[in-house]
Amino acid sequence: MGQIMTKTRAAGRTVGGLRTLSLQAPAVTLLFLWMIVPLAMTVWFSLQRYNLLMPEMTGFAGLENYRYLFTDPALWAAMGNTLLLVGAVLAITVVGGTLLAVLFQQEFPGRGVARVLAISPFFVMPTVSALVWKNMMMHPSNGVLSWVAESFGLPAVDWFSSLPLTSIIIIVSWQWLPFALLILLTAIQSLDDDQVEAARMDGAGPVAIFFFITLPHLKRAISVVIMIEMIFLLTIFAEIFVTTSGGPGLATTNLAFLIYIQALLDFDVGMASAGGVIAIILANIVAIFLVRMVAKNLES
Amino acid sequence: MTTAKTKTLAADGQAPAVPIPRTSTLSSARTRRLGLTVLGWAIACLIFFPIFWMVLTGFKTESAAIADPSLIFSPTLESYAEVQLRADYFKFALNSVVVAFGSTLAALLIAIPSAYSMAFLPTKRTKGTLLWMLSTKMLPPVGVLVPIYLLFRDVGLLDTRTGLTIVYTLMNLPIVVWMLYTFFKDLPKDILEAGRMDGASTLQEVVFLLLPLTLPGIASTGLLSVILSWNEAFWSLNLTSSNAAPLTAYIASFSSPEGLFWAKLSAASTMAIAPILVFGWLTQKQMVRGLTFGAVK
Repeated sequence: MGQIMTKTRAAGRTVGGLRTLSLQAPAVTLLFLWMIVPLAMTVWFSLQRYNLLMPEMTGFAGLENYRYLFTDPALWAAMGNTLLLVGAVLAITVVGGTLLAVLFQQEFPGRGVARVLAISPFFVMPTVSALVWKNMMMHPSNGVLSWVAESFGLPAVDWFSSLPLTSIIIIVSWQWLPFALLILLTAIQSLDDDQVEAARMDGAGPVAIFFFITLPHLKRAISVVIMIEMIFLLTIFAEIFVTTSGGPGLATTNLAFLIYIQALLDFDVGMASAGGVIAIILANIVAIFLVRMVAKNLES
Repeated sequence: MTTAKTKTLAADGQAPAVPIPRTSTLSSARTRRLGLTVLGWAIACLIFFPIFWMVLTGFKTESAAIADPSLIFSPTLESYAEVQLRADYFKFALNSVVVAFGSTLAALLIAIPSAYSMAFLPTKRTKGTLLWMLSTKMLPPVGVLVPIYLLFRDVGLLDTRTGLTIVYTLMNLPIVVWMLYTFFKDLPKDILEAGRMDGASTLQEVVFLLLPLTLPGIASTGLLSVILSWNEAFWSLNLTSSNAAPLTAYIASFSSPEGLFWAKLSAASTMAIAPILVFGWLTQKQMVRGLTFGAVK
């Protein structure tokens, strides 16, 4: 028995490295290919003259695609829209999510059901969310919002033609507010009740408790929410695709939608790839911080 | 359906008003509780309203759907019947099911050995590998749309369920590995050690000990993967057209101006989101782990 034990132990140790390798190989290889092949192709295409509609025009273009892209007002409009969309949605969802997490942390009858209702929009597919809002909520004559406005004697708003980007921001915020709430509600539950009680004994009001105890406690969770949302929000696509198609004009074209237009509608592979490289760089600026933070957490 | 809903809401809203034996000094606490209840429920209902309204509209006739908003109408199932008749709803639903569950199964099969070795045979490189996997998730899909589209076109994977399944498997693989790793790591090492003493091979160890013991974790990992694949709308819109289009793409077809059929859109949408909504409610707690890569517990 003892002999067998030492044998297995020894075998486990020497073969350990090999075993690890063979067990992890499928996942690592597949992910590596999934990452490196398209990435290399995108970078390569971005340096080529490559338009599917003009097959005779080929060859190395150097940085021509980038130069053309950077002088195109559409890129700057799209960058502006992307930043506005990301910034506004982040502000709404993080502030709203924090306040709602505090609210749903309080005990009241039916709290469990209320929580479930409030996080539900996160599980609704983006195309459904966008179309329900576009048609049933924001329709200028038959939507619920215009009906509400009219019953208060206010003029109905034609959301998608007069406030196109705001409309998209509202829809996307509706989808991501529940995400922030879900994460922050989990984080707030580890808040030490005794600490809150002690502060209350010392005469701290609810506002002081929120700013000096709750908010510092949520700091890390909030930064995680911000970074994860940023990565997804930078490339919001379906919501724009089914509502405004980037319009009117370029009013709701973000970087993702611009690349889609160049690639699948204009068939300009070179230009679209240059746009793709820009999107990758933007996302990675955020990603570095997120990965570093997760790494720190992994150590503790 | 509507009345039932209103009733529960009303009942819950009134709950604190029911006299609970308490001393009068607590009356300010009671007002506060009532205020909280009203506020909590009001906000929850407000956030949920578009979904509620969509479900309701699905039971209306087309003319009632675009009439002035009203809670009173005679419910009909005609939109549900028509959705299937006109657009072959079940074809799209089947695509969603095959792609979401197929990719989840594939991701789990690839991820389990990997997560096992990371959790139980950690080396110096394990942490680096995990972080690298996470970083592959940071590559924005739109950044690699062009090469993937062209590759798929060249090998005939455009508009096929296989193609979409491959993309979703790889898309969710980092999250699945990561989540399984955290669940496996929570398992006391002694249990597997004991199995090894009794002469179990690695495969036996995984199949007879690890998998049954971590089944709840594996199930919630799988459900998160199903949810993410089911709701994915970037690749499905760009890589499929008619044959392999899942529900996300089918619903998108209602965006055309001539497709202004609100009742049918609502009926189709309700069917498309109902199962996922239930999955989401069931796994919300464990989901936080996967969505934040363990950074929020």
